[in-house]
Amino acid sequence: MFSLGLTSAAYIAASVLFILALGGLSNQESAKRAVWYGIVGMFIAMVATIFGPGVGNLFLLLVAVAGGGVAGVYVAQRVQMTEMPQLVAALHSFVGLAAVFIGLNADVMLSTVNELKMAGTAMKDADLTGFGEKLWKKDAVEIAILKVEVFLGIFIGAITFTGSVVAFGKLAGKIDGKPTQLPGGHMLNAVALAACIILGFMYFSGAGVWTMILVTVISGFIGWHLIMGIGGADMPVVVSMLNSYSGWAAAAIGFTLGNDLLIVTGALVGSSGAILSYIMCKAMNRKFVAVILGGFGGTGGPALEVSGEMIAIEAEGVAASLNDADSIIIVPGYGMAVAQAQQSVSELVRKLRAQGKTVRFGIHPVAGRLPGHMNVLLAEAKVPYDIVLEMDEINDDFPQTDVAIIIGSNDIVNPAAQDDPNSPIAGMPVLEVWKSKQVFVSKRGQGTGYSGIENPLFFKENTRMFYGDAKASLDKLLPLID
Amino acid sequence: MKIGTPKEVFAGENRVAMTPDSAKQLQKLGYECIIETEAGTAAGFSDALYEAVGVEVVKTAAALWKAADIVAKVRPPNETELKRLNKDKTLISFFNPGGNEEGMELAKAKGGNVIAMEMVPRISRAQKMDALSSMANIAGYRAVIEAGNNFGRFFTGQITAAGKVPPAKVLVVGAGVAGLAAIGTSTSLGAITYAFDVRPEVAEQVESMGAEFVYLDFEEKQADGATTGGYAAVSSPEFREAQLAKFRELAPEMDIVITTALIPNRPAPKLWTEDMIASMKPGSVIVDLAAERGGNAEGTVADEKIVTENGVTIVGYTDFPSRMAAQSSTLYATNIRHMMTDLTPEKDGAVNHDMEDDVIRGATVAYQGEITFPPPPPKIQAIAAQPKKDPPRELTPEEKRAKEQEEFRAATKSQVTMLGAGLVLMLVIGAYAPASFMQHFIVFALACFVGFQVIWNVSHALHTPLMAITNAISGIIVVGALLQIGSPSWLVVILSFVSVLIASINIVGGFLVTRRMLAMFQKS
Repeated sequence: MFSLGLTSAAYIAASVLFILALGGLSNQESAKRAVWYGIVGMFIAMVATIFGPGVGNLFLLLVAVAGGGVAGVYVAQRVQMTEMPQLVAALHSFVGLAAVFIGLNADVMLSTVNELKMAGTAMKDADLTGFGEKLWKKDAVEIAILKVEVFLGIFIGAITFTGSVVAFGKLAGKIDGKPTQLPGGHMLNAVALAACIILGFMYFSGAGVWTMILVTVISGFIGWHLIMGIGGADMPVVVSMLNSYSGWAAAAIGFTLGNDLLIVTGALVGSSGAILSYIMCKAMNRKFVAVILGGFGGTGGPALEVSGEMIAIEAEGVAASLNDADSIIIVPGYGMAVAQAQQSVSELVRKLRAQGKTVRFGIHPVAGRLPGHMNVLLAEAKVPYDIVLEMDEINDDFPQTDVAIIIGSNDIVNPAAQDDPNSPIAGMPVLEVWKSKQVFVSKRGQGTGYSGIENPLFFKENTRMFYGDAKASLDKLLPLID
Repeated sequence: MKIGTPKEVFAGENRVAMTPDSAKQLQKLGYECIIETEAGTAAGFSDALYEAVGVEVVKTAAALWKAADIVAKVRPPNETELKRLNKDKTLISFFNPGGNEEGMELAKAKGGNVIAMEMVPRISRAQKMDALSSMANIAGYRAVIEAGNNFGRFFTGQITAAGKVPPAKVLVVGAGVAGLAAIGTSTSLGAITYAFDVRPEVAEQVESMGAEFVYLDFEEKQADGATTGGYAAVSSPEFREAQLAKFRELAPEMDIVITTALIPNRPAPKLWTEDMIASMKPGSVIVDLAAERGGNAEGTVADEKIVTENGVTIVGYTDFPSRMAAQSSTLYATNIRHMMTDLTPEKDGAVNHDMEDDVIRGATVAYQGEITFPPPPPKIQAIAAQPKKDPPRELTPEEKRAKEQEEFRAATKSQVTMLGAGLVLMLVIGAYAPASFMQHFIVFALACFVGFQVIWNVSHALHTPLMAITNAISGIIVVGALLQIGSPSWLVVILSFVSVLIASINIVGGFLVTRRMLAMFQKS
């Protein structure tokens, strides 16, 4: 059994290891070591807590840990890389739910402790856990603050839980990806928020645990309604936002329990998610609030007329150009993930590189449904990461590129973002593929992208449309590359 | 239906409108192909080659015209050929409708349909059947080759043991399709190439081919190339003077001049005057691709090569494509084949002469006993209008420095403001909150700060693993549940049991999936 001092020492070690784990993700090689820091840190933290002071019901606890562990192993081994977004969303929901339960527990225990105090039981006679003892020692102000923390933990936790469940449903295709809202829209959210705050005040003035249960339900509704109103392609922002919330929920619970390790970890995760959301919004040139409130805003005037026509091309034509080209840049998007085309892309790249051609990938920060989604898919298909470049690294190279291939992306290569100040995506940084000598667009049909606007790229003179499912098209193309 | 190609009757014409390759493609469209005997011989395609791909070879032109429903040929038809048309026949060939009134009248009288290949509109979709461009491309290439043939020196500069050879200087006037092809050929042979065009917007194309664009010191509002279908327009007298002055300046230096300047339906402008020719070095060569319309150079004689008194050779051939019959026949036959593809949308071997289609309508000059020339303007603008743009102004170093300082000041200001606001907030919290809370709060604030510093360095490519690993470590919330699970209250025990269970899924699942992802990232 560890003393309190030893437990604290273990927590410090765990915190340091977690920071190293996140810091190690600065490049692909150190990342492989970093994940072990994280695992060791978690192990130390768990062991120190379980065998530390004030923990009971050891058998039940081990059963739960073992059960969760087995389920975790099962999920991690089974998940497809294209299903990563929904897995991440599902895991967020667990953190949210756990935060709600722990917050409710804290309140229940607070009431118990108060009753025992009233009854005049001495602390050492009461059968208390470590947390219970801490509660016992708190004075009136501290209890008031504790209540604020409980409220915050439950409120954020519940939003995270239902929000993540909806995000999971949308990403897994179980819920329609289109933004839908109840009549009343964001007013409804505002009313619900006001109700939560009122209930919170009632709780501070001693109204009992029922207020918190109501807060759980209402904030759960906010989470559900908020995320329902956001469309599929904004999911990178949503998922990183929920990531952030799950961290803040953990931090709030840390305050409740007076546990520094939880506070540190929660703050790390919270700020990580916040930065990711910021990067994603920046990449779409949209305000965070605008994304969360859903949909594209009204435009300042009519969009530029798109004239010309889309010219289709067959696999033979694409193959002929590729065989002649020296430098090729591939820009993948969500369509590649949907068509599960990453293996075919990888095969194409392998063949082209075998002929001594320069083949690189240009990745827009919001390509896909999760920050970094494309990188993981390409890595899974064994595309070497040093030819997978960020938008800023590759944008200047398009004028010297012979062929750019767009696979299942649309808005992120839309020249209207630069040319048309009235476009809903005006000012969004985009990959300047149209500057390359020849552009091929692999696309299912003539439809518009997520933003619902025409893409002038498709009408450009050096663009050819290679219609069809991305995987089927690439498989047709592969035998023609010699 | 049957599609047939007769032997060209025009003297010295070597091209043929159908090759064995194009015949194969036409058969895929459902047509039967026939050809007059010896039609392809001059272009290097023997009758046996045609027979090998299932083309029927007929003995006489008369038999061919009788059998074929569609006749594809190269040169405009002569009277005998036009008389063989009837209302069930379609002729596809060059036709020169602008200067072939009698031809059109005859076609009208006979009731035949005529598609003139030079009338294919210049829009993107029709590029594949733009025979003018494919012929101009060959003409441009061949012009350089002919020039080289008549030029006594190397194109490329060399330093040899036997002395230094200066590179040839080539000027290409008119950067249309032929001009660009000539530029490409000439630069790849190693000559120093200059090019001029009245449309300044082609400067970029010229430079992309490796030539130097000759700019005029002349301010004039140029007609946008888009409004004239991509062709040059007639220029003002002042502009013309400035242009000639520039040429005069260049003439003594140039070894080879290739002129390709043509304005649709007008005689070729005289750009290379006698005094320029006189100032050129002996042995220099002028190739005049506009010879058919009178020539850009003064003294050009169509279809002939002449040598001036001061030893300058002027080549005025008009049959450059025919001089490369194998190549030009292949390209022309492909243009014809694309035209047939558009005429046969169902691929059923039957012509669907859709007069609503911009391309087909534009190229048709006679249809069912009517003259349909000139065509109405196409519905689609050939080339998107050039948006007016101001080049971004280069900043001077002082302005740049001022701007940087300004940015630095702004960044400092916002940072200091944020720090100040943070400090005030901390003080307010500190004034009211108890010490035990403040202890935790310090930890929280520092952790946020560390988090921000660390996460900014995470590589964009690793954002998904970052989310997975933060998922795993946010499972640390399990610690909270662990501290509660020993409570005597059964409700608390159940809730914390569930919390431990799901948080464990998070921890184990999150770490394992991160490890799986990171293991996939491989360097090449």
